[in-house]
Amino acid sequence: MAQHFRWLINAFAVLVASLASCLPAHAQELRIESWRSDDRDIWTNIILPAFAAHQPRIKVRFTPTAPTEYNASLNARLAGGTAGDLITCRPFDAALGLYKQGHLIALNDLAGLEHFSAVARSAWSTDDGTVTFCLPMASVIHGFIYNKEAFEELGLKVPATEDAFFQVLEALKKDGGYTPMAMGTSDQWEAATMGFQNVGPNHWRGEEGRRALISGAAKLTDQPYVATLRHLARWGAYLGRGFKAQSYADSQTLFSLGRAAIYPAGSWDIATFRAQAPFEMGAFRPPLPQGAQDCHISDHTDIGIGVNPASPNVEAARTFLQWMTTPEFATLFANALPGFFPLSSHRIGLEDPLAQEFISWRASCKSTIRNAYQILSRGIPNLDAEIWNVSAQVINGTLSPEDAAARLQAGLAKWYGPQQK
Amino acid sequence: MRLKFTPIAIHTVLLTYTAIALLPIALIIANAFKSRRAIFTDPLALPGPDSFSLRGFAKVLAVSDFELYFINSLTVTLVTLALVLLFAAMAAWALSEYAFRGRLFIGLVFAVGIMVPIRLGTVSILELMVALDLTNTLTALILVYTAQSLPLAIFILTEFIAQIPKDLKDAARCDGVSEIHIFFAIIVPLIRPAIATVAIFVMVPIWNDLWFPLILSPGEDTQTITLGVQQFIGQYVTDWNAVLASLTLAILPILALYLLLSRQLVRGLTAGAVK
Amino acid sequence: MTPKSATLPLLTFFIAPAFLIYAVFSVYPLISTMVLSTYDTDAAGGHSFIGFGNFTTLLTDDAWSGPFWNALTNNAVFFAIHMAVQNPVGIVLAGLLSLPRLRGRHTYRTLIFLPTMLSVVIVGFIWQLILSPLWGVSEGLLSAVGLGDWFAPWLGQEETALITLSLLSVWQFVGIPMILIYAALLNIPEDLTEAAQVDGIGHFRIFWHIKLPLIAPTVALVSILTYVGNFNAFDIVYAVKGAIAGPNFATDILGTFFYRTFFGFQLQQGSPTMGATVATVMFAVILIGVMIYLALMQRRVQRHAF
Repeated sequence: MAQHFRWLINAFAVLVASLASCLPAHAQELRIESWRSDDRDIWTNIILPAFAAHQPRIKVRFTPTAPTEYNASLNARLAGGTAGDLITCRPFDAALGLYKQGHLIALNDLAGLEHFSAVARSAWSTDDGTVTFCLPMASVIHGFIYNKEAFEELGLKVPATEDAFFQVLEALKKDGGYTPMAMGTSDQWEAATMGFQNVGPNHWRGEEGRRALISGAAKLTDQPYVATLRHLARWGAYLGRGFKAQSYADSQTLFSLGRAAIYPAGSWDIATFRAQAPFEMGAFRPPLPQGAQDCHISDHTDIGIGVNPASPNVEAARTFLQWMTTPEFATLFANALPGFFPLSSHRIGLEDPLAQEFISWRASCKSTIRNAYQILSRGIPNLDAEIWNVSAQVINGTLSPEDAAARLQAGLAKWYGPQQK
Repeated sequence: MRLKFTPIAIHTVLLTYTAIALLPIALIIANAFKSRRAIFTDPLALPGPDSFSLRGFAKVLAVSDFELYFINSLTVTLVTLALVLLFAAMAAWALSEYAFRGRLFIGLVFAVGIMVPIRLGTVSILELMVALDLTNTLTALILVYTAQSLPLAIFILTEFIAQIPKDLKDAARCDGVSEIHIFFAIIVPLIRPAIATVAIFVMVPIWNDLWFPLILSPGEDTQTITLGVQQFIGQYVTDWNAVLASLTLAILPILALYLLLSRQLVRGLTAGAVK
Repeated sequence: MTPKSATLPLLTFFIAPAFLIYAVFSVYPLISTMVLSTYDTDAAGGHSFIGFGNFTTLLTDDAWSGPFWNALTNNAVFFAIHMAVQNPVGIVLAGLLSLPRLRGRHTYRTLIFLPTMLSVVIVGFIWQLILSPLWGVSEGLLSAVGLGDWFAPWLGQEETALITLSLLSVWQFVGIPMILIYAALLNIPEDLTEAAQVDGIGHFRIFWHIKLPLIAPTVALVSILTYVGNFNAFDIVYAVKGAIAGPNFATDILGTFFYRTFFGFQLQQGSPTMGATVATVMFAVILIGVMIYLALMQRRVQRHAF
């Protein structure tokens, strides 16, 4: 039926050709698509000028989209051919989907890729590991950032166990001078990422639990997951007044104004707080549940970068990526954006003490990644989206931890074979 | 039941509603001129000598190109408006004046457009714009907005043309004036009052649209003010000075333009209504 | 009026420009979207014909039908609130503004219409800031009149988020029914109301018994415009709550559901074909509403004719 209208399009093509305003062709201009809008100034003022010093003929611009809109608007622009030349990749299935649709080129022959371990590359490789389509950039670590002045004022100690953690929160609440913990459930993803995926790995024993879910050996209704959700259910009492309408940015502001004592963090928040918080900060890792011996942290391969095959400047884009494999880039990036920990094997010195604290946990704890990212979010309902939803609801008190776990399991079992047995 | 409508009661109601309409906007503008501290400690106060700050504006103007966004929006809106008025008036005239085969069909096809949002065809519009090499141009937006606005404009103008007395046209026809001449010399001046109505229905949605700029023309050079502000706020969401300042910068030009033109717009509406 | 006959070149001259632009950039995309809804997408983005399979999935598979009915119900509530608040308030304001010898009517009209001129994105941000528990403006205002306890994070609670969003939209768009009805009221010949005024009948009764019945067609038009506008709405939810329309999809309407299905969100891939299916269903929903309106109008006109 659509064919009937083709002639109209052709007629119109002639008509509008004269109207069309041609953009001047910049032979060597690259545009980076990214969700890291918080980092715009750092890219524009520090990282890109350093590249320009090497390759003055390639002009690079950093044009981010707000994180919640990034996936959708990037997909739209890729479909429409208006996307940038370099594409910042979400890990695992989101980027894999783009590669399968032909929106990313294979990077196996990129010089410098050998500086990245197989583990780092696995987040942006096909399931069989033969093709890598994004260059790993950084991982992020979850934990808690706290206001040192508030802790000193009330004589509080950094909690190591969950019991101690809730005692600290209770003490803060009793005192009333500070909002005990700055987080909201309006945007939902913090409840999942800074909540569920932050405190959870200690319960499900990191990689062990994550792999058991994929193989079908463990279920989301098992004790570790219910316990994680029960832990989250207790958070509601310690969040700010009106936390249900509090957005991510509101939480950041609440903490950086010095009104809240603890902030469930992703290490990427360090840069924002360095710029805005006028007080001394510290960090502590996710508290251990009762009886747990070894600790697990979410050290998530979070951000990579690839090349859009539709770009008129694929070679220039590859040149840029090659530069991103160098120690120079890694050092620049790690220090300009403390909290994004480079994934290359180069040895780099981190200057920021908070970032040093986060990365030190790698030595004492075992690393894992967010459990819904690999394989488990390929169907509908989408496990990651479901975790957002139920984590926020559990904190809001509108869903019990047990029901939440049941819902997660039912949703996954609906389409994921190994969980249907 | 007998309600007494004293002038005081009427004005109280109208003033209250006017306040509801304006206070939120005033609050944003007032706080845009305050320091970060003052914004949070006393949001309802007007900026005073010790709380006055232009930091937000300095930031916005330093890192984004508001002037360009504004010109882009203005170009898209005005060009679309001109195209819609001309083409819609022509089509409305032909549909209401002449008998021909297929009139009902064409009329119906346009009528569907009033009810169906063009947004539902986004997938194909994107493919189309790619095929025409029009992505990241203002032309793409103008074409889509023109297509989107034509049906309603034709509908409004047809109603209007139907009210034009027959004698006027017949007199001209007796004098042997050509149909095209009748349209441009007699009809167009007569439907001028309807332009205000059409303008409001055409301009407001276009000026405010986020969807098509986001999808068709997100490039730096072609961002409209709505998209520009949305992206800017997304990028500086924790910097309240900058957020409030960018909102203010987005509000003020349209406010000024509207207050400047409102007399014309409303005169057009009422002139059409008197008869 | 008896239409004249005209030559083909003349008709082409008048109609072709509008028809061509409209056909290419509106009719064609819509039809091709409907065609697309009968296809399936594979991982590589290829399409294969599956007839009405997508519709069956949308309406019967709980992973799809749950969110779909939720969005449709929310959309109906969104529309109901506009009908119950926006249009009556618009009529009252228009009625007051059209009273004879009212001073400052021009100023009122201009100022009350002002929010309609603002972008939904900007309105969304303004209200998000005002209702933010962090900033405390609305809490402060309520406390000032002794209602501090009434404050709640309205945009964050499942029970209140949709109502709050609808009211924000009403706040912005009340100018449109106001201005349309106002124009219709001015259209009423003065001799119709003069007699009543001479008899000493109050403004309210004149409005209720004489003017309102006369402008009923305009009120009906406003209602159908509201219906179409509401079932297309997207921006206000997107600007305030994002594409996931939280909390727990309490503010999800067809527009945001379409957006998520089409472009994907977080780790879920977008699907052009399922998106096209949702778009086609939205088309049907809007069409049904418009048909009902047209049928009612038709009957009304006939009743008056006999």
